[in-house]
Amino acid sequence: MIVTRSPEQEQFGTSLHDMLAAADVPGAARRWASGDWPDGLALWRKLAGAGVTALAVPERWGGLGASPLDTVVACEELGHHALPGPIAESVAVIPGLIAALADTAVSPALSDALPRLAAGDLIATLALPPWLPYAPDADVAGLVLLAETGTTETHAEAGTAKDAVVWLAEPGARHGSVDRARSLFEVSGREVLARGPAVADAVAHALQAGALASAAQLLGAGRALLAAGVRHAGQRIQFGRPVGAFQAVKHHLADVAIGLEFARPLLDAAAIALAAGDRAAARDTSAAKVACTDAARRAARAALQVHGAIGYTEEHDLHLWLMKVRALAGTWGSQAEHRARIMAELTAPDAPPWS
Amino acid sequence: MNEFRAEVRDWLAAHVPAQPLPTVDTAAGFAAHRGWERELAAARLSVVSWPPEYGGRGASLLDWLVFEEEYYAAAAPVRVGQNGLFLLAPTLFAHGTTEQRDRLLPPMARADEVWAQAWSEPGAGSDLAAIRATAARADGGWLLSGTKTWSTRAAFADRAFGLFRSDPGAERHRGLTYLLFDLRAEGVTVRPIRQLGGGTGFAEIFLDGVFVPDADVVGVPGEGWRIAMSTASHERGLSLRSPGRFTAAAARLVELWRRAGDPADTAMANRVVDAWIGAQAYRRHTFETAARLADGGTLGAESSLGKVFWSELDVALHETALDLLGPLAEVDGLPGADGRWLDGYLFALAGPIYAGTNEIQRTVIAERLLGLPR
Repeated sequence: MIVTRSPEQEQFGTSLHDMLAAADVPGAARRWASGDWPDGLALWRKLAGAGVTALAVPERWGGLGASPLDTVVACEELGHHALPGPIAESVAVIPGLIAALADTAVSPALSDALPRLAAGDLIATLALPPWLPYAPDADVAGLVLLAETGTTETHAEAGTAKDAVVWLAEPGARHGSVDRARSLFEVSGREVLARGPAVADAVAHALQAGALASAAQLLGAGRALLAAGVRHAGQRIQFGRPVGAFQAVKHHLADVAIGLEFARPLLDAAAIALAAGDRAAARDTSAAKVACTDAARRAARAALQVHGAIGYTEEHDLHLWLMKVRALAGTWGSQAEHRARIMAELTAPDAPPWS
Repeated sequence: MNEFRAEVRDWLAAHVPAQPLPTVDTAAGFAAHRGWERELAAARLSVVSWPPEYGGRGASLLDWLVFEEEYYAAAAPVRVGQNGLFLLAPTLFAHGTTEQRDRLLPPMARADEVWAQAWSEPGAGSDLAAIRATAARADGGWLLSGTKTWSTRAAFADRAFGLFRSDPGAERHRGLTYLLFDLRAEGVTVRPIRQLGGGTGFAEIFLDGVFVPDADVVGVPGEGWRIAMSTASHERGLSLRSPGRFTAAAARLVELWRRAGDPADTAMANRVVDAWIGAQAYRRHTFETAARLADGGTLGAESSLGKVFWSELDVALHETALDLLGPLAEVDGLPGADGRWLDGYLFALAGPIYAGTNEIQRTVIAERLLGLPR
């Protein structure tokens, strides 16, 4: 049976959209890029007030214990508005990872992390090499983790490696990102929080949650880029008519709409498979990441092309979305890694059926 | 697995011919496919979504999709009656009279009457409203004259449906009438057209004063455009094309890769993966749409998104398989499952052209869904 987004989930997405549309997110993102965080952090608090940061935190730690599909709906809207900050990491990945380790990892650093994450009092991030070699935005995070799977596995197998360790980590050198409202930090392990096969399962799940959340952000960003392209094409006059009246422009944007339309069902299907602990979850999260990345990139290229030179400037807000798409496209697993993982799942002796 | 899926799967496993039927584009192949349709009808599986009184089971849209998945997965024969089943029948359900439904649907369900479509004309392809074939008022009916072309299945079918200009003075989208005619009636000449693969899947139809009684007008004369368009995006029509064809092909493609793929060829592996992703995306999207329609939703211009998507996916799926077969790809009549890729590829090549070219669909998407200026 196919589960679709419920009216409540649609309403949740709409209310987040309304909240963010009324705030100056592009302004906050620009200031965030120059190290001026308060406006961006205020937006995070607002989102915490709407329940976003509590979604993936289980109820026993003060969270909402919501489904991955709820988290997807939220992350899609955060991507839609190009919100700065470690969204996939703090909202979608770390709550589940800490909760999964709650019985084995006993550290003062984690004691009240979940309730504080849920309340929006704590932002957390992590590195999970090789899929996520740097911890994004560790400078705004109050908690930084490092998750390592066995070192001999290839990338494609990392998600199922049967040994893993999760560290409390120390941020080191900072690297800029192509998305200037994003910073990348080298991290080193300071204190082992948990290790062993059970940790490997938790890390594998974290990988899927991260791929899914970044896929959702990409889809949201792609929707914003399509809307921006359509808006501009309807207003910009050349040769005495709106450029959107030219068929070449129309067909570019139609292809963007098609890509986004058919990526979204994969995103939702993966969220549902993840919620069910389905055997197909690894395959389906990878399919969602691949399709949402391709769709968002097509949207980015078309939006830039339709805008012409003004879209190539820093003055215009378009670059906030363009650069975020480029950054997220390679994070939480590259296209090549995800495609390899899908093929491994499709050709496995116990390959799951269509889901 | 639900009960209906199990029944369909078991029945097909027991009945699908072990050897593929001869091509539908020959007289013998057409007859063999008609025979297959009668077998389906006897098991009440030829029109599962129709009401029981017309030979169906009143199956829900979701169950119809289940049927289609199983049908394609079983590599069952091409549906020779598909024009009637998927294009005319929805129109009759929406706009026909009870008398027309009672008279036309049961023989359609049994393939006693196989229908061809007669939309396009030499001067009216993508611009369908440029239709020039006429319907002139006569005593008790209409006289049809003109030329129809690219009429799928017309070479061997029994009857055809199409639009005719009944009021030459009216604005071009008005004054068209939806009419049914007999392909063996006096004044009809059918000239089969050889397609690029050598078969005669479509034909030209010349009409010279062909009489059609009033009983074979669908809906009100002059309202033909509205009637044809209202079911053009019908959920069981070509626009909500069932994903079964694509999921079955994607599953076979993965099998082919497993058998013949070079694991070091990541570019080819990625094409296989992308074809699978496309099939899965179309499948999930279609089931979601079906669920929405079951809740009373409607399907409009958004069906253009699907048409472009599935038609390009179909070509990509088959091209990838042929590229995997390498030098064997060109061989006509390869044994076993490999032999199906070439026919499937030739069929897929028509997808971006028929039912409104993909360029028309993209323009519809841009103007009606995105709101870009005309």
